[in-house]
Amino acid sequence: MTWMDPREVFLRNLHPAFYSTCNNLHCTWDSFECIGLHGQDAENAFKVRLSIRTALGDKAYAWDANEEYLFKAMVAFSMRKVPNRETTEISHVLLCNVTQRVSFWFVVTDPSRNHTLPAVEVQSAIRMNRNRINNAFFLNDQTLEFLRIPSTLAPPTDPSVPIWIIIFGVIFCIVLVATMLLIISGIRQHRRKNKGPSEMEDSEDKCENVITIENGIPCDPLDMKGGHINDAFVTEDERLTPL
Amino acid sequence: MIKGSFLVPYIIMLVVEGMPLLYLELAVGQRMRQGSIGAWRTVSPYLSGVGVASVVVSFFLCMYYNVVNAWAFWYLFHSFQDPLPWSVCPLNGNRTGYIEECEKASSTQYFWYRKTLNISPSIQESGAVQWEPALCLILAWLVVYLCILRGTESTGRVVYFTALLPYCVLIIYLVRGLTLHGATNGLAYMFTPKMEQLANPKAWINAATQIFFSLGLGFGSLIAFASYNEPSNNCQKHAIIVSIINSSTSIFASIVTFSIYGFKATFNYESCLNKVILLLTNSFDLEDGFLTANNLEQVKDYLASAYPSKYSEVFPQIKNCSLETELETAVQGTGLAFIVYTEAIKNMEVSQLWSVLYFFMLLLLGIGSMLGNTAAILTPLTDSKVISSYLPKEAISGLVCLANCAIGMLFTMEAGSYWFDIFNDYAATLSLLLIVLAETVAVCYLYGLSRFESDLKAMTGRALNWYWKAMWGGVSPLLIISLFIFYLSDYISTGTLRYQAWDAAQGQLVTKDYPPHALAVIGLLVAASTMCIPLGALGTLITRRLKRGDTAPVA
Repeated sequence: MTWMDPREVFLRNLHPAFYSTCNNLHCTWDSFECIGLHGQDAENAFKVRLSIRTALGDKAYAWDANEEYLFKAMVAFSMRKVPNRETTEISHVLLCNVTQRVSFWFVVTDPSRNHTLPAVEVQSAIRMNRNRINNAFFLNDQTLEFLRIPSTLAPPTDPSVPIWIIIFGVIFCIVLVATMLLIISGIRQHRRKNKGPSEMEDSEDKCENVITIENGIPCDPLDMKGGHINDAFVTEDERLTPL
Repeated sequence: MIKGSFLVPYIIMLVVEGMPLLYLELAVGQRMRQGSIGAWRTVSPYLSGVGVASVVVSFFLCMYYNVVNAWAFWYLFHSFQDPLPWSVCPLNGNRTGYIEECEKASSTQYFWYRKTLNISPSIQESGAVQWEPALCLILAWLVVYLCILRGTESTGRVVYFTALLPYCVLIIYLVRGLTLHGATNGLAYMFTPKMEQLANPKAWINAATQIFFSLGLGFGSLIAFASYNEPSNNCQKHAIIVSIINSSTSIFASIVTFSIYGFKATFNYESCLNKVILLLTNSFDLEDGFLTANNLEQVKDYLASAYPSKYSEVFPQIKNCSLETELETAVQGTGLAFIVYTEAIKNMEVSQLWSVLYFFMLLLLGIGSMLGNTAAILTPLTDSKVISSYLPKEAISGLVCLANCAIGMLFTMEAGSYWFDIFNDYAATLSLLLIVLAETVAVCYLYGLSRFESDLKAMTGRALNWYWKAMWGGVSPLLIISLFIFYLSDYISTGTLRYQAWDAAQGQLVTKDYPPHALAVIGLLVAASTMCIPLGALGTLITRRLKRGDTAPVA
């Protein structure tokens, strides 16, 4: 039986329409070895999914071998950034199963290329440098997905004092001041009304104490308070004029 | 909300129920020239309870309604942030994802139930008073106090503001709403009548209820305001004009609402489609951008036939997206204002501006309603010689606001929203129906329809049209009785009363039964106002008997 690249077998099983455009993708030499992963090595492999057209629309670039090279470089760069580790080269990063989606699996081997690096190390390295990997491809956390590697979400920018309390305080003070002004002006109006009649009473009292003197003869002041009897008119005992 | 199939019953109920009852209340006020308590006492001494019942209902309304204004303030203050706090979910502890409750529900629901209300799982667990809504409630009562401080002279000027500005905001929203993507879907849904829904009596009942409550019948405020009219005022023309303006405003507001609704439904439908596309693209590793809304069905069929096993794995997660179901999700009451609208607003451009405008309009409408309610309570208090001799007007208003604010703190507790729903559903509905029924029956049969007709003719100089006589005498009381019977049978047939509680673990509403003490409160609410009518009649009967008993031996 002639050996066939397992990737080609996989691709051929898809709809011919997909396969025809898929032929232009050529995978790296290492992809063949990737298919033979099983057991512990399979656990250390991660699937990556890119949605270039969703992210960039018309400016989407095609995914070709050069982009794969850049990806391997970014992964190697992330592994290199981990302190106290042996240096990872680009050839230690293996890609396989590149689909039309675009999605693929990758795994990082140690320098001897005998076994793969543990998943935890790769995970933490990628998480540290996620932002730079995203930027290299003009993508973000949603369009460049590493399955099984959760991204650290950006914390919301919380100001020290919540904004709503500031606005609440402003409006509360305005309403309070307006209410106080209205109440105080209402009390003043009330006092003015109360003072009005009492001021008139004061002047009447003053009149009583002052005895008007004209030509040395004291005049009886009119009984202004009583108001019932006007002494100026009722002077005679007889109320009826005599016939 | 007014839907297409709703428009026909709405207009019919307006003509048959709304206009006659409004005319009746205005005519009674203009003829008797007193507030509600005095006016009904003049009609018949046994009816003094009707006015008291109106005041009790207004008192209950005052207690709970200002909480809506507090919530509107809360949202208004939070609208000045970028991004809007209800548009994004907050992150969880280790910053790898969003909070679970927010993932299960939506971010707007999370903000409403958790951040605003901090709602408890059931009405039994009251929790503590939340200080943030409590502060907003204090502010709301302070604003109301500021407006009613000086009595009707200041209230009159404020009402110009609170009644006209919402129209401006509505017009701005109309222009914005009609230019939104997907607004036409909502409008088409609103205006296409569905014949089978017209046969459903529930549509007619809803139309009648909406007309009834939007005109504000039975609160006594209409009688009080009409008593300031001149006797020769043509209140028939006013009744017709006011009811037409009221209904036109409702229809206009519904157009705005439905265009925004259509936008939200279209947006959700397209997000649902995008989620399905993403799911299929990821599961079958198809080319990014290959699947679109147009070829979705074809590709689904192809995948089902080509990869049946894999497709059957993925199939349970594929949602059936439908624009109709999105439009059908009708939400009423506070949910509509604070969840549905905020969801639509967060997707608009410059969402902060639209949010501020919207909640400002909501505040204006709410404060305007509160002014009417507080006026209904304050007028009897300030008119009574006993109280107004001891305290000035400002102090009485202050005490009323303080008392209502203290009681309103109950609605800011964790279970406060459930108590709010109790008050909202039961404090006014049945009582108002009974009050208006008593009013109609009293004028037509106790006072005498012909006597009232001759009074009106002497007062205004116009004869009473046969249409009004027919409505007052027959149709409107029958309609109110049928509404009343419907509501009672609805309550009785469902057995025990139920409410919707928020389940934080599932991220959705669940139905629960009311505990006995909540049922007792409901009974108390309804009884407190409805019992005033028979108690008032009984009181007058007893005092008359006593008086007759006193005077009899003298003769």
